[in-house]
Amino acid sequence: MEFIYYFGEVFTFWSFSLLLLGTIFGLILGATPGLSPTMAVALAIPFTFKLEPAQGLILLGALYTSTVAGGAVSAILLKIPGAPANIATTLDGHAMAQKGEGARALQVSFLASLFGGVIGVLLLIFLTPILAQWALAFGPSESFWVAILGVTIIGTLGGGSVVKGLLAGCIGLWLSTIGFDDILGTQRFIFHSSLSGGINIIAALIGLFAIPQVISMFAKGRQTQDMEVIDVKPHSLFKSVHEVFSSVRALGIGTTVGSIIGLIPGVGGQIAGLVAYDQSKNFSPDRKRFGKGHPEGVIAAESANNAMVGPSLVPLLTLSIPGSPTAAVLLGGLIIHGIFPGPNIFRDYPAVVWPFINSMLIGQVLMCIFGLAIAGYAARIARVPPHIMAAIVLTLAIFGSYSVQTSMNDVYVMMILGVGMYFLERYGYSAAPLVLGLILGPIAEGNFVEGSMIANAQNGVATYFLTGTLNLVLILMVVASISYSVWLELRSSKAGLPS
Amino acid sequence: MNRLEHAIPAGVIMLVGLWVAWISFTQNPAEAFLFPRLISTIFLTLSIWTFVAAWVKPSEVNATISATTWMNILPGLIIGAICVFWMGKAFGFYTASIITVFTLISYYDPAPHRQISSWIKRILITAGFIAVMYLLFAMLLGVFTPRETLFR
Repeated sequence: MEFIYYFGEVFTFWSFSLLLLGTIFGLILGATPGLSPTMAVALAIPFTFKLEPAQGLILLGALYTSTVAGGAVSAILLKIPGAPANIATTLDGHAMAQKGEGARALQVSFLASLFGGVIGVLLLIFLTPILAQWALAFGPSESFWVAILGVTIIGTLGGGSVVKGLLAGCIGLWLSTIGFDDILGTQRFIFHSSLSGGINIIAALIGLFAIPQVISMFAKGRQTQDMEVIDVKPHSLFKSVHEVFSSVRALGIGTTVGSIIGLIPGVGGQIAGLVAYDQSKNFSPDRKRFGKGHPEGVIAAESANNAMVGPSLVPLLTLSIPGSPTAAVLLGGLIIHGIFPGPNIFRDYPAVVWPFINSMLIGQVLMCIFGLAIAGYAARIARVPPHIMAAIVLTLAIFGSYSVQTSMNDVYVMMILGVGMYFLERYGYSAAPLVLGLILGPIAEGNFVEGSMIANAQNGVATYFLTGTLNLVLILMVVASISYSVWLELRSSKAGLPS
Repeated sequence: MNRLEHAIPAGVIMLVGLWVAWISFTQNPAEAFLFPRLISTIFLTLSIWTFVAAWVKPSEVNATISATTWMNILPGLIIGAICVFWMGKAFGFYTASIITVFTLISYYDPAPHRQISSWIKRILITAGFIAVMYLLFAMLLGVFTPRETLFR
């Protein structure tokens, strides 16, 4: 119950102001089609440098929570999901809006998000210390395998081709070795002087997540906006509250599915929303209403994608394995503030981690209140034309990557990696495993080198890294995640479906 | 067409993999390249697999960038590249940003260029955005960016 002790930290003037700011901006950014939560968090990291670590993380956590919920606004009113996590929300949410029930859909969506989100954060509060306690038994070899497991899982389960996912992870791991070797000070892969300091994680994050979206917006050309925004007519909030909390089945399925999927590293909110929607439809007596504007469809999808947020941070905080691409960016944010997630995180940084987690709990309530208040207006703000959005995001990316170390080299790296990622994405490579490889690379290498030194003084490298119960369990998990994904890919290719 | 389209990028990645493996296994001291050797072996194996797969079994994913899309992307990319690689340092970040944002929103704006109101709108958007950027980065965060022209 240590978390209660740190609740007061959230209500200091600066922390609460940042929480409010993050929530409101997150809702607006989430409602803007084309701006993903991952990109929003990546672009916000430079703004946290001047803040205390706890305050910086509160801002990033608030953005993460509210961008996922805000994505429902454009999903419902514009039929364009604000984030991949909101895809399932469009199915019934937009149908409701077309029937003149836009306000009802938005209210139901935010209330379901609140319920799912609170349960998810409570799981985060109670599960994280247990997993951290378990992870205390990890030595260098286990920590090495955990880092490899992180890259493998996000590479294989993140969707798309398994080989391309793993290859992207390898590219990330290689990029992390560029620069001077930490132990011997040897130059590695420095083919240009701008790379002598290595690749800065934040500049890379901004480039990999923001620039491909900027180029995608350019690709639309001089296109006029043909988005039709549906007017939101007033609807009784009490009726919506009653409706949400009487839809126990949809709420229960959504929250359970979201929480479980959040705990599985690398799967993310998109899968959570779709699986919850599908299961809710299967178990519903009036399944024929699904897809035609049934509130239960919105409740299941939104409670799931918000319930996923909290648990996705459990493996992140205890094992350094992010549960979603946005959590991977948060890992970058933690590292830049000198906080290295791991089993000792609650012992070493309780004054940072607990206020951050507590703020996510309070943030859920604020997200619901502001979401209900500004949803109708947010949809209008969300209609910022793509060409203006592209110019704004590009400039923010340049300033953001420069401000990390006030170095032009970081801006060059950001731009080159971003343009490269745009083309790689077209060929089926994903940014998430690449980013994770880049972030987890130094952790994997540090433990690999330390483990090799210990191994050389004992029974040899192979015995040290490949024996022992925990090592074997982790190796099995790596093999299982690859095998399962290969099986899924083979099955979908036989059925003629995209992987 | 589809075969080449996927085989060329896979081939480029394979060449990078080959180069990384070559550097890792030929450079000294060996201790500094222990981890790169491990990952470059996997990198090279996977990249060869991807290349062979792209050649043997053409992907169903159409990754072709049409001429129209190229024509849409290129001006934005060129303006962005000029800003990053030259203007940012030569003119200072704020001046470069004014030019970049204004050029980008003017070029991509679907509103007719003969309308004076659309030009006023573009100027106002650029001015408003740069003012916010200046407030955020120069005044609030205290980030010292190159400011050779207009902004000191």
